[in-house]
Amino acid sequence: MSDGVWWASQDFWRKCAIFVTAGMFLVLILLTFHSLAAITAGQDRVPAYSVINHRIDYVFDEERNMKVPVIGEEAPLFGEVLSEEEARALVDLGKLTVQAKNCMNCHTLLGNGAYYAPDLTKAWLDPGWGNEQARELLMTMFLKDPKTNARTYGTNRRMPDLGVTDEEVRGIIAFLKWMSAVDTNGFPQGFEPLPQGGA
Amino acid sequence: MAEAAIANPVRPALDAIAARDTSSLSAGQRLALKYFLVAMVLFVAQMLFGLLAGLQFLYPEFLYGVLDFNVNRMVHINAMIVWMLYGFIGSIYWLVEDEAGVELVGAKLANINFWVLTSAVAVVVVVYLVVQVGPGNKMSIWFINEGREYIEAPRWADIGIVVCMGVFFYTVAGTFMKGRWSGISGTLVLDLIALAGLYLAGMFYTTNLSVDQYWWWWVVHLWVEATWEVLVGCIMAWGLMKTLGARREIVTTWLYIEVAMMFGAGILGLGHHYFWIGTPEYWLGIGGFFSALEPIPLVAMVVHAVYDAGRHSFQSRNHPALAWLIAHAFGNFLGAGVWGFIHTLPQINLYTHGTQWTTSHGHLAFFGAYATIVIAFIYIALQRWRGDVWMSGDLPDRGWKWKWSLALLNVGMLGMTIALLIAGYEQSFIERAIGGSTWAAYFEGQTQPWFVQGMQWRMVFGVVMTLGMVLLLWDFLTIGRGETRPAKEVHAPGPHVG
Repeated sequence: MSDGVWWASQDFWRKCAIFVTAGMFLVLILLTFHSLAAITAGQDRVPAYSVINHRIDYVFDEERNMKVPVIGEEAPLFGEVLSEEEARALVDLGKLTVQAKNCMNCHTLLGNGAYYAPDLTKAWLDPGWGNEQARELLMTMFLKDPKTNARTYGTNRRMPDLGVTDEEVRGIIAFLKWMSAVDTNGFPQGFEPLPQGGA
Repeated sequence: MAEAAIANPVRPALDAIAARDTSSLSAGQRLALKYFLVAMVLFVAQMLFGLLAGLQFLYPEFLYGVLDFNVNRMVHINAMIVWMLYGFIGSIYWLVEDEAGVELVGAKLANINFWVLTSAVAVVVVVYLVVQVGPGNKMSIWFINEGREYIEAPRWADIGIVVCMGVFFYTVAGTFMKGRWSGISGTLVLDLIALAGLYLAGMFYTTNLSVDQYWWWWVVHLWVEATWEVLVGCIMAWGLMKTLGARREIVTTWLYIEVAMMFGAGILGLGHHYFWIGTPEYWLGIGGFFSALEPIPLVAMVVHAVYDAGRHSFQSRNHPALAWLIAHAFGNFLGAGVWGFIHTLPQINLYTHGTQWTTSHGHLAFFGAYATIVIAFIYIALQRWRGDVWMSGDLPDRGWKWKWSLALLNVGMLGMTIALLIAGYEQSFIERAIGGSTWAAYFEGQTQPWFVQGMQWRMVFGVVMTLGMVLLLWDFLTIGRGETRPAKEVHAPGPHVG
């Protein structure tokens, strides 16, 4: 590197390092403005919190060649229609509880976290709940007493009792319902939701 | 009783360490030793809690309700992040005075800073273990744990970390400003600004999980796949000069090349974390393309290290350190580069994201890229501390301790990585491709024999690694003691010909 050709000189590579870093960072910042606008709650990709007042379906989109969440008719959580602000507060309580109980170090949320327990991205839509009518009750019973109500499918991995209050349980379920309506570009692969709307 | 149980060869070593004279070391070097000591304590904690969490995969009832998986796993990954940071800080304090040509600025303040930071780390860990979880409110996030993977430290600790990093930065940048600058120190200081600045991106709460994860990845990815890589590039450059006598001009030019390629690929490579969190579809293309380029600088780093070592005919003044620097070059390339690349394209990541593939990659990448170079630096420090003694070939007992610990740690890690990868293949196949990613499919995957066997072999190799760690610590306590030969002289080779 001391034989004087320009492409091997220290000065050339120092400039490269500076300009490449600055250029890439600038592009990242521009994309960040665009992406943050797109993922603000209530925009195209991330639902408003009042989505918990509605049925959430998950259907195949021909044009995008992937499944996307579709917000359906009114189907209020726990039978109670909430205002946007009330819905936000409930989802917020759920998100805070999910953080405070350290859920992410067993589960994954949007695929991120730990791998000791199932992904929660589409937990609200999981066919394991049986049907729409039973879902809220089953979720509540499970979160209140996971030791007794865990279905471990032969792994014996049970969720510990995390001491969640009734209100926190409602918050967690609201948060999970809201999360299931986030457009995740078809993740997780091949997911088929529980039957929607049927008796 | 516990003391009596300590094996004979270890006892005198502990006595020697307690009475060891550090007066020949500079203020920065003495501080570095403290950071290295805490780093090793946390390394032990990382291994211990990793073993507990690994056992829980096999025996879910083990410590259920006492130390649940989420607690063990949190301590496992947090101890890792913090010991690596301590290792980096120690390495920088070790080299700063030599590189700047003056004494450490603010040595007293830096010393207080060490004790403040270490006390804070201790309090955080005790709260993790004793309090574990809190009610769903902001108090829990401020005082117990933030519940966000890797950056679980509660908000009060976040603020403390930023303040301590500020003091650290002041002492390091101040020392360079008082003394002389070099390409290495300039790159290092700019990188530290970016590293500290990025941490701020993780210090807020929002209801919106997509926005939360958007910024969370700024910290996690732009640390481990960008600024940490450049930081170890700086440390590596200095390390090659010290162990091999490599020429400054060459290592500096290489460093710039690595920075250009690392940030060129790694900054937008961030996009591979934006495939599935709600962010727009263009990230599939951007993230896939740029993250596919991320291994290139890691190849360059291997070429650089091996070429330099070869140019000097592997004549080093510190064999264990050089061996670990080479392990770093290959580990970084394999763990971060190859293991990252195999699942970084969105077409495959759709099946592998959030499975044991990620675990496999995470283990080899963190160990290969970061654990290795901190260990190398500890050897460099120990050599100087023990009186700049001989640490090349012909060590007493043929240096079996450092060789065996190197082998056991690396074989253990590779074994774990491969076991986890097999479990990951099986999981993505059964759970995702066939099962359709439901909870039932998840558990179906977790109970398949190949998955369970993967977890068993991971445990076996985890124990192999633990043995390696015990040997490594024993070697740290004893290497160079009683050695009378001075360190081997190394020189820069003549100008490259041809």
